[in-house]
Amino acid sequence: MIKAILIFNNHGKPRLSKFYEHYNEDTEQQIIRETFHLVSKRDENVCNFLEGGMLIGGSDYKLIYRHYATLYFVFCVDSSESELGILDLIQVFVETLDKCFENVCELDLIFHVDKVHNILAEMVMGGMVLETNMNEIITQVDAQNKMEKSEAGIAGAPARAVSAVKNMNLPEMPRNINIGDISIKVPNLPSFK
Amino acid sequence: MSPSVPLQEMIRAIRSARTQCEERGVIQRECATIRAQFRQADNEGRSHNLAKLLYVHMLGYPAHFGQMECVRMIASPRYSEKRVGYLGAMMLLDEKQDASLLITNSIKNDLANSNQYVQSLALCTLACMGSAEMCRDLAPEINRLLRASNSYIKKKAALCAVHIVRKVQDLGELFAPSARCLLTEKNHGVLHGAVVLITELCECNPESLELVLIRWCQCLVISGYSPDHDVAGISDPFLQVRILRLLRILGHNNEAASDAMNDLLAQVATNTDSTKTVGNAVLYETVLTVLDIKSESGLRVLAVNILGRFLLNNDRNIRYIAMISLQKIVGTDHNAVQRHRGTIVDCLKDQDASVKRRALELSLALVSASNIRSMMKELLSFLSSCPPELRSQTASGIFIAAERYAPSQRWHIDTILHVLTTAGGDVRDETVPNLIQLITNTSELHCYTVHKLYRALHNDISQQPLVQVACWCIGEYGDLLLRGECQEMEPVQVTEDDVLDVLEAVLQSHMSSPSTRGFALTATMKLSTRITENVDRIRSIVSIYGSCIDVELQQRAVEYNALFKKYDHMRYSTEWLGQRFLVFVCSTFVVQSAGLSPPICGFPQVCDLLDLLGGSEPPLQSSPALGSTAPLPVGTAGTAGGDLLDLLGGLEPTAIMTVLLSVFSVAPTVSVYDKDGVTVTLSCEKQSDSGLSITLTASNSTDSDIRGFTLQAAVPKVCISSSFSFQVNLKMRLRISYTSQGSAVQDTVQVDSFPGLGH
Repeated sequence: MIKAILIFNNHGKPRLSKFYEHYNEDTEQQIIRETFHLVSKRDENVCNFLEGGMLIGGSDYKLIYRHYATLYFVFCVDSSESELGILDLIQVFVETLDKCFENVCELDLIFHVDKVHNILAEMVMGGMVLETNMNEIITQVDAQNKMEKSEAGIAGAPARAVSAVKNMNLPEMPRNINIGDISIKVPNLPSFK
Repeated sequence: MSPSVPLQEMIRAIRSARTQCEERGVIQRECATIRAQFRQADNEGRSHNLAKLLYVHMLGYPAHFGQMECVRMIASPRYSEKRVGYLGAMMLLDEKQDASLLITNSIKNDLANSNQYVQSLALCTLACMGSAEMCRDLAPEINRLLRASNSYIKKKAALCAVHIVRKVQDLGELFAPSARCLLTEKNHGVLHGAVVLITELCECNPESLELVLIRWCQCLVISGYSPDHDVAGISDPFLQVRILRLLRILGHNNEAASDAMNDLLAQVATNTDSTKTVGNAVLYETVLTVLDIKSESGLRVLAVNILGRFLLNNDRNIRYIAMISLQKIVGTDHNAVQRHRGTIVDCLKDQDASVKRRALELSLALVSASNIRSMMKELLSFLSSCPPELRSQTASGIFIAAERYAPSQRWHIDTILHVLTTAGGDVRDETVPNLIQLITNTSELHCYTVHKLYRALHNDISQQPLVQVACWCIGEYGDLLLRGECQEMEPVQVTEDDVLDVLEAVLQSHMSSPSTRGFALTATMKLSTRITENVDRIRSIVSIYGSCIDVELQQRAVEYNALFKKYDHMRYSTEWLGQRFLVFVCSTFVVQSAGLSPPICGFPQVCDLLDLLGGSEPPLQSSPALGSTAPLPVGTAGTAGGDLLDLLGGLEPTAIMTVLLSVFSVAPTVSVYDKDGVTVTLSCEKQSDSGLSITLTASNSTDSDIRGFTLQAAVPKVCISSSFSFQVNLKMRLRISYTSQGSAVQDTVQVDSFPGLGH
């Protein structure tokens, strides 16, 4: 069983924390800090398995982690999970995020935490691995997002229009138009107020 | 409006805060707004607020006031609100909160919803935080979903069922039939969930194994090559791993099942490509399964060979898991693992701390009588360079191995000394008494040991266990040290002043713990009987500590001073110098000796034991176990048995010291009773280092027969410790009764002096 999934950056700031067993808030933060402390000490070329810290539960639990650029992805598992399997699962998770966010970076995870939670919910449920096929996961997530958007319906239309206009990329109007040899000067149009 | 926009604004605001204090301020303001908005009944942006609250919760700020809002959101008909509500429920609620019961009804309704995504939300939440009551209520619903719906829901329902079975074992029977049907599915996700469910059911209830056996054959036939689930050329490794794990449970103590699996496992083991990580994952699982079931020997050999290949792999991950699996089988297939001992020992030198830890555990398990010397060399060099968190484990492992397989006493002592000098701070407390016991028992090496310990002490007085043992040894065998001759090694010429210097340094060093100081003080005192010139120096050292702040040291110093004053005349009695003293450092040590009861480290048991016929043993005053601290010398005597104090004579009632029994080296006899032709003689013999045998011989020189001869002997129970070279006047009372010429004779005699034990 997977006990917790943590994503934090190189300075220890949590970007995602999902616990499949209940701890109170202080304990959760302590676990994140301790995990960061353990994982950040590791070299680049050592193995990806760590005997777990004391807080998260003693001898049966291991930390399996992967370091991608500025982020650590840490899965805390017990002995019923295959270590190499979890390592592959982390890889599938990151690839899925990459597909969903188009070249995912840390900022995407920061500003779209809820989306990451939704993707994770399609992969791991109740501490157990649910689905490992990337395309399947993405299909489901897209369908759910579509449903959410369609539900927003009419009430959402003005806001969508506003955001569409904001994002529109209007090119600059050219002042001089050169067509071959003829040089036509476009007069200055009076400005509308 | 999607709920994320205001969330993003808040995140931006939090990130732009330059200090922790500013961030706290921003978050507190936001939380206040959120709380105010929660209180309003209807609100457009409810989901935004909850999303913001969950973000704040992730950063570590309190968010419990959102719990009721979660419940409300879950009950809302809108999907976006439900989504955030369920997410909040998973993060904020758990079984202990009352609010979690309120969502049971919502979950039940959502499970029956026509929209599969709503159903999936409900299933997900139930699987994450469902309590036992919720599970019981909703189990029939889940069962229905297992059979009826589409594959997306089926796989989620299967995992939800696993959670339910974990929470409430009895419900396993409810799910068993549905689980079996699921095995015929084609969808890999469903198959995966089904295998997990069946694994869980089998773990709880082994009887359901038999029925599953047929199913898994079909299951494996079906899970053939499927391009969708291809990960780097291996077809659905996750599912394969799950199935292999299930096979492991099925075959675990089951001959028939294991036979059926043999071919299949051999096939998987040989056909899987091991150049990629995923292939290794499947192979690893296969190996674990083979080793766990009752497989045939050829298959086991194949499995161990695969592990051997893993050990030589460049990837540290693979080496790590290889060592984990070897650890599991080192008990059963010891010889197979021994073949890889060289590689494992090399892994001790790896830079990676995880690999080192595994290698250490495996190396300790592989130590045997034949390889003890070479393994110990490796382990000792590992000890000097290992990371601090592994030190105490290494030290205790070395001690255990040395104790079990030591080829010679000298080697054993050397090894322990080596460990103490390298990692003295990390050894366990029992090491000191164990080592002292070991040294005492190897009498031929006393000279060697004391020389070695003196040298070690001279170099470094910071390692407490080493210093304690060294002090004790010098106190005990100081004369051997001063004599300056040693067969085993180059002796160092040591004068009395040098020895006293070292002991004084230990006493005064700030690095010495109070118990170490106790050892040193006692050793100094013991030396006063062994050296001739510097007694005054010892006296002055000891008297300084008469006003020490530490109560323990002060008490000892005062008592030792008293000895100096009153019993100086006893100091050089010849019997003393030649004798060694019994050591009882642990309270579990038992003396096998005529009439002597087991020693009690602690208060002396001065009791009236002249009640020979009464027979009731006075209660033993038990002291707390002392472990590594030196035994306490006691000030006041016990209250009972004042006449026994007279018996013991010559010692003040207020200052009965802990005493040692000296071991006799000769066996003279003395007559203790001679009356009417019946004589009883007594002779003492040293039987072993810790045993004293007193033989009482009775003889009848009269003409008539003697019938019913009974001899009873009693000695006082005394407290024995290692801290002293003093002796007590041992007394013994004998009661002799017999019938001679028709008349009964009974006589009591007291033996005051034993041959060899001077006054």
